[in-house]
Amino acid sequence: MTDETTSRSAAAAPAAFARKFRGLSDRAVAWGFIAPTIFLLLAINIFPLIWTIRLSLTNYRANRTNADVDWVGLRNYERILTDPDIWNSMQATAHFLIWTLVLQVVIGFGLAYLINKKFRGNDLWTTIIVLPMMLSPAVVGNFWTFLYQPQIGLFNYVVAFLSGVDPSSFSMIGDVNMAPWAIVIVDTWMWTPFVMLICLAGLRSIPDSIYEAAECDRATKWRQFWTITVPMALPFLMLAVLFRGIENFKMFDLVVQLTGGGPGSVTELTSINLKREAFEKWRTGYASAYAVILFVTVFGLASIYVKALNKVKER
Amino acid sequence: MSFSVTEPSPRQKWIAGILVVFYALVTIMPLVWIIATGFKSPNDAIAYPPKVVFEPTLEGYVNLFTTRTRMSPDALEKLGPPQTWYDRIVRQYDMVISGPSRYGERFLNSVIIGFGSTFLSVFLGTLAAYAFSRFKVPLKDDLMFFILSTRMMPPIAVAIPIFLMFRQLGLSDTHLGMILLYTAVNLSLSVWLLKGFIDEIPVEYEEAALIDGYTRFQAFYKVVLPQAATGIASTAIFCLIFAWNEYAFAVLLTSGTAQTAPPFIPTIIGVGKDWPAVAAGATLFLVPVMVFTILLRKHLLRGITFGAVRK
Amino acid sequence: MKSIGLVSVAAASLAVALPGAVKAEDLTLCWASWDPANALVELSKDFEAQSGNTMHFEFVPWPNFADRMLNELNSGGKLCDLMIGDSQWIGGSAENGHYVKLNDFFDANGIKMDDFIDATVVGYSEWPKNTPNYWALPAFGDVVGWTYRKDWFERPELQAEFKEKYGRDLDVPKTFAELKDIAEFFQNREIDGNTVYGASIYTERGSEGITMGAMDVLYSFGFKYENPDKPYDMEGFVNGPGAVAGLEYYKALYECCTPPGSSNGYMSEGIDAFKSGQVALQMNFAFTWPGFESDANVGRGKTGYFVNPAGPGGEQFAQLGGQGISVVSYSEKKDEALEYIKWFAQPEVQAKWWQMGGFSCLKAVTLAPEFPSSQPYAQTFLDSMAVVKDFWAEPSYATLLQDTQKRFHDYVVAGNGTAQEALDGLVRDWTETFQDDGKL
Repeated sequence: MTDETTSRSAAAAPAAFARKFRGLSDRAVAWGFIAPTIFLLLAINIFPLIWTIRLSLTNYRANRTNADVDWVGLRNYERILTDPDIWNSMQATAHFLIWTLVLQVVIGFGLAYLINKKFRGNDLWTTIIVLPMMLSPAVVGNFWTFLYQPQIGLFNYVVAFLSGVDPSSFSMIGDVNMAPWAIVIVDTWMWTPFVMLICLAGLRSIPDSIYEAAECDRATKWRQFWTITVPMALPFLMLAVLFRGIENFKMFDLVVQLTGGGPGSVTELTSINLKREAFEKWRTGYASAYAVILFVTVFGLASIYVKALNKVKER
Repeated sequence: MSFSVTEPSPRQKWIAGILVVFYALVTIMPLVWIIATGFKSPNDAIAYPPKVVFEPTLEGYVNLFTTRTRMSPDALEKLGPPQTWYDRIVRQYDMVISGPSRYGERFLNSVIIGFGSTFLSVFLGTLAAYAFSRFKVPLKDDLMFFILSTRMMPPIAVAIPIFLMFRQLGLSDTHLGMILLYTAVNLSLSVWLLKGFIDEIPVEYEEAALIDGYTRFQAFYKVVLPQAATGIASTAIFCLIFAWNEYAFAVLLTSGTAQTAPPFIPTIIGVGKDWPAVAAGATLFLVPVMVFTILLRKHLLRGITFGAVRK
Repeated sequence: MKSIGLVSVAAASLAVALPGAVKAEDLTLCWASWDPANALVELSKDFEAQSGNTMHFEFVPWPNFADRMLNELNSGGKLCDLMIGDSQWIGGSAENGHYVKLNDFFDANGIKMDDFIDATVVGYSEWPKNTPNYWALPAFGDVVGWTYRKDWFERPELQAEFKEKYGRDLDVPKTFAELKDIAEFFQNREIDGNTVYGASIYTERGSEGITMGAMDVLYSFGFKYENPDKPYDMEGFVNGPGAVAGLEYYKALYECCTPPGSSNGYMSEGIDAFKSGQVALQMNFAFTWPGFESDANVGRGKTGYFVNPAGPGGEQFAQLGGQGISVVSYSEKKDEALEYIKWFAQPEVQAKWWQMGGFSCLKAVTLAPEFPSSQPYAQTFLDSMAVVKDFWAEPSYATLLQDTQKRFHDYVVAGNGTAQEALDGLVRDWTETFQDDGKL
């Protein structure tokens, strides 16, 4: 009912007024639509970030609400940048990040390439491959400790079955050398499907006509792969790397449940270290400085990467 | 017979098929193992070598949903024989059921907080994405990057001030607090994705509606929304998966009232290494998301690739 | 109508006039999720019947307990009215206002701290230590001790072989050196068709496992937290030669004589290892002992218990466990919570607590003549409680503990550096923390 009345009145009113009426509506609609989002993001993301920066310049401890809080300037930052434990975490995170990205890209792209061959039933198998992604990383980390147990775990048993090595002779999460690989394996198991899906989208977006033209030019399949497939799929691949890179830099739940940062501190990623400082030792000011440093690092790296990605997209 | 140079040869398809099926089977094995463990008895679960063939039992599920106390043999005698099938299972170990466990509550919390925040983030996200897509918003590109960058902070880092903020506002361990938090975190993704989907919808439809005299809001509601339905569905899947599986915020900001399932499931193991109960908890928790995904898998692909396809 | 009004006024005034007529409340008690907690649920039915209040329980497994509950306390949470918190939380909880001070309550209700085992009063209730300021009622006494497979020790062929190899009888070890011999003897031995291992010890990284285990050994090797004459003076006491030897011993024991894959084990892993017949010796808290008695595999006489052995210098200590029960200051039902504590402190309730598997700290129960024979482990429990020592209970205990966890795990399990370096590093870490706190 109201629609008709509005439309009749809108049509009847002078054009200028109608334009103004709709213009106001537009502005009002725009701001009305954006405002809640911006407000929520400010409240939960920006305001806390500013608060964190402020906290990082103090020696506040969240478990001592009665104690005095002193301004310490940049001392927390100094301590963090000279602390060998922090550098150890960065190293552990870098190792994790690099190897998971390499493995997931290689396997993910490979899988996408194969699935793109459109064999019969690939829909079903794709859905099966995608399942590990749906789990909660914390729950995954937890039950993989079960799978990694030297004596009763499936992983050691299968490895022993295939290679004849005694299953209790090695421990994936108990050995200092094996633990970093243990977490890489589980993360790759979980997230390769994600990279695969993105690469698949990329491969599917390449029009057949380009390949047909290449065939006419009698380019070999090998050459086609390197001059057509890879460059056109590259933006997608880089996007997948960006997403996985950011996520794995922040990685916490999977690893904390799988190894707890151990043995020793070989798998203590930066987020785990941060959690210990902030919520176990309650050195809130110190931890805030750490958080700021981490944010600046990932923001900086991501910005550079996104610029490179945009260049590749434009090609 | 039409010959396509780009269609892979049957032999290629065959090889590809074999390799992919092999990968799929290897990758599904841990998952199948966990589901199977949910149906083993605790001793079978830790048997060495690992038992592939075993006698299924619902013990894991019984343990998951109950709390039990050990009683001395005399006290057990006084109680008399077990009445129900689950009593019988528990009585084997000299224990009696003393009440329900907290798993049901935690699962329910996950449902409330997961679906609540998904609804909110998709709702607000659609509105904001529409505005970004159709209107000249000042600093649009910067705002979009800002929105994306909010996702770069490690959750633990964000949790520090949020912890303090919630403490002040009394939002610690509340459903509302967690819903707001998850909504805010998901907004970045949902605005980004939805803007891409809405960008795809030709402006002509709305302009036609506006000329017909619809207000902007009505044009949005009647024209754009139905067309964006698939995009909204895929965004909803992602938001739900995140909120459903989230751990870091949940473990730091919730305790007894609003705790969701992911922080709770690892603790099911209890003192006696009850792996079947943990496996049962994990399996049940996986079911809603798995069902959702399988039903909407086409949207999932669309959603992921949307982040890729749009500029 | 008027009569109904009169009746209700009469009822209301009766309710007010009746002494101690408190409104029936829902109380939540927070503890760790383990057997004693389940026993407490049963025991509390008595309180519910008496007082009309309803008890709810929030139990969290040990590895997550400290994290979750300290988080709860620090966020001013109202989840818990009563908290059975770990002994080391006393300092922080007292100074940061998490717990209600109980002195006045105890005085008003005739609860005397003298009635409880002294070590438990100091360990679970007092802050500052050795001053009469009470923040908890000793609820559950616990201490690290050892179990062993008495049935294996009694096998003649093993006894003969052991005697030949080591020149003494296969028996309960009195020193750590003897313990290591026994562990080596059983490592990789075939018993009843299975390979068994020597010992199960604490190596957990996440919460407090390896600290509790290593300290249990270090105390007897001469490790001290500080100079007895000068508080917070740690150089030479934390990292003296005895301490270094003790830590080296712990690492050697871990490497030679434990089952594979035990790099992150705490109480439940120990229980598992022992119950499944994997180890001959097991280091664990006393609360685990009742569970062994009733176990199908290792119960009914197959398990023996012994006190933590002495170190090379003859010193003998054991790591204190156990908790006291406190009232959380953020609770809105403090009066009813105090009623619970009053009920719990009664001798009859404490006696029943012991019967149900709760290690009571009341002298009347533990010093009763029939106590040592009430259970096979009772005497060991008494002897162990006589030699207890505890970790720091300072407000910054969490930082001190995390530093220790890292240093010990890095050295013992990951094999970084030497024991001297680990302990020197620990002195540095602790000094920094105390400086931050203003204690140094």
